[in-house]
Amino acid sequence: METITKLIEFTDQISILEISYLLASILFILGLKKLSHPATARSGNLWAAAGMAAAILFTILFHQKDGQPIGNVVWIVVALAIGSFIGWYASIKVKMTAMPQMVSIFNGMGGACAALISLMEFPKMQNHLASLAEPASNMLGGEGIAILLGLMIGGVSFAGSMIAFGKLDGRIGDIKHPLLRIVNLTFLVVLLVALFLILFMKPQADHNLPIYLFAAAALIYGVTFVMPIGGADMPVVISLLNSFTGVAAAMGGFLYGNQAMLTGGILVGSSGTILTILMCNAMNRSLLNVIIGAFGVAGAAGAEAADKTVKEISLSDAAVLLSYSQKVYIVPGYGLAVAQAQHLCHELDNLLAGKGVEVKYAIHPVAGRMPGHMNVLLAEADVPYEKLVEMEDANNEMSNTDVVIVIGANDVVNPAAEDDPSSPIYGMPIIKALDAKNVIVMKRSMAAGYAAIPNNLFYHAKNRMLFGDAKATLQKLVAEIKSL
Amino acid sequence: MEDVLKFFLEYKDMIFIIVLSVFLGIEVISHVPAVLHTPLMSGSNAIHGVVIIGAIIVMGHAENTLSLILGFIAVILGTLNVVGGFVVTDRMLEMFKKKKK
Repeated sequence: METITKLIEFTDQISILEISYLLASILFILGLKKLSHPATARSGNLWAAAGMAAAILFTILFHQKDGQPIGNVVWIVVALAIGSFIGWYASIKVKMTAMPQMVSIFNGMGGACAALISLMEFPKMQNHLASLAEPASNMLGGEGIAILLGLMIGGVSFAGSMIAFGKLDGRIGDIKHPLLRIVNLTFLVVLLVALFLILFMKPQADHNLPIYLFAAAALIYGVTFVMPIGGADMPVVISLLNSFTGVAAAMGGFLYGNQAMLTGGILVGSSGTILTILMCNAMNRSLLNVIIGAFGVAGAAGAEAADKTVKEISLSDAAVLLSYSQKVYIVPGYGLAVAQAQHLCHELDNLLAGKGVEVKYAIHPVAGRMPGHMNVLLAEADVPYEKLVEMEDANNEMSNTDVVIVIGANDVVNPAAEDDPSSPIYGMPIIKALDAKNVIVMKRSMAAGYAAIPNNLFYHAKNRMLFGDAKATLQKLVAEIKSL
Repeated sequence: MEDVLKFFLEYKDMIFIIVLSVFLGIEVISHVPAVLHTPLMSGSNAIHGVVIIGAIIVMGHAENTLSLILGFIAVILGTLNVVGGFVVTDRMLEMFKKKKK
């Protein structure tokens, strides 16, 4: 009788657990769906978080393996508390400009988690296979494949994300060497061959050296994979590594027959891949081109630009020009955000609007460090959503715009993208600042942009430069306009 | 060939889920405006933190101290991914909302 009640309880618990996983999967899907519409995005994020919370809670309460419930619950809760506190604190403290680095770190943590799971499951599987009455002759099978792929992809994602973080944070420079591409490819081949060799290995108890070497190789490949890719392309790399981690998580789901991990992981894997491709499309480049890296081989345009001269504009002239315009477009770039000048920019825009000038912002899809990053940064400064105009619409309005002010942006207004086939950014859609009647470029100095590509816009007859730190210059400009 | 077919039969449920989820993932985000690329990446980054469930399972069934320690680290890393991911995404989206009023 007692065993029967136990059995009922057991099946009840498993049912509740599986229902919670179904609920989590539905919430992940709806969350992603809502995240892709501006009006519902925030609630979408909360829905997905709720799904996650349910999956975690019910796993701790009801997960069973061979009839054994989850043990070490106290330690699990402690680990959850530590991780939650650090994750929450870091997210609250991080500056909006450093957001891409933060996402990269969190992505790396997920990858490392997946790799660690595989590292722990492999010895268990091998010992089990070796101890069978009729020991298996190899480790080829769903379990082995899922463990090794999870380890490989998770390890690459972790190491790669850390390098991407270092690059975005300016701690690691680009290392470009033709040899690196060969090293890179060699490591990929070595990894794949090693994967098969381990699968065909005869299981021996506690023979774990191969798996440790395999893990090390995955980490090294993660480093050599990201190292030669230019810093300007890191957003694409992070998005790609994000989808890698999704696949690594899905491998864990395959291993445990866990539907929540499987759907969550694969959803991120496939949507992440599409997102990566969308980002590449915004720059009019292929993913392969980004990975192999055309950036940094700047064309001959740099040399000929050296002997051209630029025209400067004084603060008072700029103030007058802006105040008596009818329509002004601001083209913000990452430099604006780094100088923490978004709020001043918004002040300028209010001031001009008060004088009857129509002020809008032209947002390039890859302005900032990540697509959409600029929108977040301007939103932080309370710039109304309606004033942010997407590139294509802004370009249509350029011909009846009096002044375009380029603040801290460079590559996104570089005409070389349209007329210089030798330029690495040739073909990338740009904001056509030159279609407007006047252009003012605010810039610290004549140094090249993040992608180190020379910009002929600066030397154009329509353009005048306003040199100085974006924040200080905007401050003076605002004061100048007020005193008019 | 026979092995492949056997493999398919053994894991057919999961293979179905994988294939359908791939299409679903593509479909769900295919019309996202560029404005939301960053929050969407960040949000999906949090979702793959679901790998934490695996870490909890490993840790919950740890047989020795080493796997308990590794599991402990894995759970912390996974939680960082989940909590950090969702909070960062919420911070980004909060700003979109503020200016909408």
